[in-house]
Amino acid sequence: MLFNLSLMALIIPLIAGVLAGFFGKTIGKTFTNGVTILGVLISLLISIYLLVSILANPKLVFNQNVYTWLSIGSYKLSIGLLVDNLTVSMMIVVNFVSLMVHIYTIGYMDKDPGYHRFFCYISLFTFAMLSLVMSNNFLQLFFGWEAVGVMSYLLIGFWYTKESAIKANFKAFIINRIGDMLLILGIALLFSVFGTLDYAHIFNNAESITSNTINLSSSLEISSLTLACLFLFGGAMGKSAQMPLHVWLPDSMEGPTPISALIHAATMVTAGVFMLARMSPLFELSATALSFVLIIGSITAISTGLLGLVQYDIKRVIAYSTLSQLGYMVVAAGVSAYSASLFHLMTHAFFKALLFLAAGSVIVALHHEQDIRKMGGLKSKLPITYATSLIGSLALIGFPGFSGFFSKDALIEAVSHSSAYASDFAYYCVLIGVFITSLYTFRLFFLVFHGHPNNENKNVKEPQLSIIAPLILLAIPSIFIGWPTVGPLVFNDFFANSIVQAASNDIFGYQFTDSYDFLTHSLSGPVVYIAIFGIFISYFLYIAKPEVPERMSKTFNPFYKLLINKYYFDHLYENIFAKLFNNLGNSLWTKGDIKIIDNFIVNGTANRVGQFSNKIREVQSGYIYHYALMMVLGLALFLAWVVFKSLGLVL
Amino acid sequence: MLTLQSYLSLAAIIFAIGIIGIVINRKNIIIVMMCTELLLISVNFNFIAFSYFNQDIAGQIFVFFILTVAAAEAAIGLAILVALYRNKNSIDVQELKTLRN
Repeated sequence: MLFNLSLMALIIPLIAGVLAGFFGKTIGKTFTNGVTILGVLISLLISIYLLVSILANPKLVFNQNVYTWLSIGSYKLSIGLLVDNLTVSMMIVVNFVSLMVHIYTIGYMDKDPGYHRFFCYISLFTFAMLSLVMSNNFLQLFFGWEAVGVMSYLLIGFWYTKESAIKANFKAFIINRIGDMLLILGIALLFSVFGTLDYAHIFNNAESITSNTINLSSSLEISSLTLACLFLFGGAMGKSAQMPLHVWLPDSMEGPTPISALIHAATMVTAGVFMLARMSPLFELSATALSFVLIIGSITAISTGLLGLVQYDIKRVIAYSTLSQLGYMVVAAGVSAYSASLFHLMTHAFFKALLFLAAGSVIVALHHEQDIRKMGGLKSKLPITYATSLIGSLALIGFPGFSGFFSKDALIEAVSHSSAYASDFAYYCVLIGVFITSLYTFRLFFLVFHGHPNNENKNVKEPQLSIIAPLILLAIPSIFIGWPTVGPLVFNDFFANSIVQAASNDIFGYQFTDSYDFLTHSLSGPVVYIAIFGIFISYFLYIAKPEVPERMSKTFNPFYKLLINKYYFDHLYENIFAKLFNNLGNSLWTKGDIKIIDNFIVNGTANRVGQFSNKIREVQSGYIYHYALMMVLGLALFLAWVVFKSLGLVL
Repeated sequence: MLTLQSYLSLAAIIFAIGIIGIVINRKNIIIVMMCTELLLISVNFNFIAFSYFNQDIAGQIFVFFILTVAAAEAAIGLAILVALYRNKNSIDVQELKTLRN
């Protein structure tokens, strides 16, 4: 029963997407958005039903193969579903945000000629993301991983006549390739060790291979489990845009705003974090890999947040914020607080989708203006967008009571209790990160909604209902989802059947009893006050004394330059890697392809044949007596051979 | 006393004349046909000589067949020649090079 339902939840968005893609243009817009929204809605309802059933009876969790995709010798590659608490919560988050984005898109893409294509893509994306989270083996995980990557590529380059969009989707695809290659290396390594790709088998037997090692060189030996975890995390670094593979995410903002909300904030980029949690039985066995995860996460959390302070594109600021929050989630995974990481993933999905959609609402209201310097004073003109943005911003910085507060505080709490290698470093990184988060969030907020109104924006009014409604629907969980869920998700063992946590790494579970307890505890800690302090500083800098940031950028010019150039990562990649590969490609093309293959092998063969036949055809004179002579000569030679052979003179 | 060798030599000489006639003749296609006949004659000569000296009648019977076929072949050849002359107005060997290229 549950199995069939989950299969339906997976397949229906696929069918809806295909229908919209093939028949949308002929039947009409109402059909397109109707069928896709219905698909996602059914999927969401099934997910909620699954959650309710599993909560009522935890034994209903299942891990079942659907069919065998192919078999190689004795090994079978199966397609299967694993539905447990982790899967179900991810399904709800994905489907809910996807539904909101579907509704939002009706208004946002209303006049776009690619309306049907867009709905088709986002529905297919939902399917891909669901197949990623519902898989019970690495192969299907990889399929989902690549499929969401493809949809992301298609959607970033959705406006394919815009050059910057094409460059951005190209960049996203290539950078993700690096991560994907590492991921597939990790999967291959696990396959070579375990001989299967099945989660259950690998996780159950993970402990038996902790002493298994691999020789990287004659002197360097590394535990194969650690290596596999590092490779898997490499995949997560690509998809979840961790330093130094983060450069694609800000550029992906070239895509339409609903996509930024759905794919590049709420769901796809969290696939890496989801995978870390799913692979927890492996990561828990490798302290080295966990520390690596922790360090990368902390660096990402703090450094990308700083970049958000100097950006002027409304979407890019939020994009850098996403990067920074992804860093937080990775940090939590690094200290083995997977449940806190997933909790932050969940709340972040809601409030970040909200922030993006609100930004989209502002963009629509201002006729596709994205520069925050040209905004300002929109508070009274866009009251609903203003209110929902405020909710999203407060949730993002972790203002007490909002969902982000519970998740972020729980996360930081976990880091502070951790005794893992580099956990102190991580703790300071996330603490400073809190300050930076509230600084850039409210910088954006103040510059867009307060400050001096721009005269060009006099006639601005709220966009249509389908844009506003999702904002309100997303604002509700952004405020309230934290209070009831923090207890079961983080402090109790809601995820116990999906996540393994080594006893020594178990940080929560004995300190807090309920959300109220947690709230009072957090109010005695520094995090909340740092965040609120950030709001005041931001108010001071961008409203009270707008000339101060200007002066600061001049005083700390080298630092400002570093930020405005995004730590020169793009320069580095462009001037070293891109140039290297361009040159390599060019020389392979001109020398290898044109000179050797085309001119020497292909044309060369033809030319030699032509030259040889030009010579040989002169034999064909057309005169009968020449042919006769040749026949006689041939006969004579043949006779001579017979005679000499009979005499034993030749072979 | 005529020996087998004398007959064979004569046949070889006729054969050689036939070949040379075909090869060095550049003018008349009738000569080519005549030379072909010469080649056949020389082969017949060999057959008869061997037949006589080996006391085997089969060789002489073979010659009858060859002569019959040669007559038919000559008739066909001449017929082709007439057709060729009607088409090309010439029986010059050097003109007949449509096989070229």
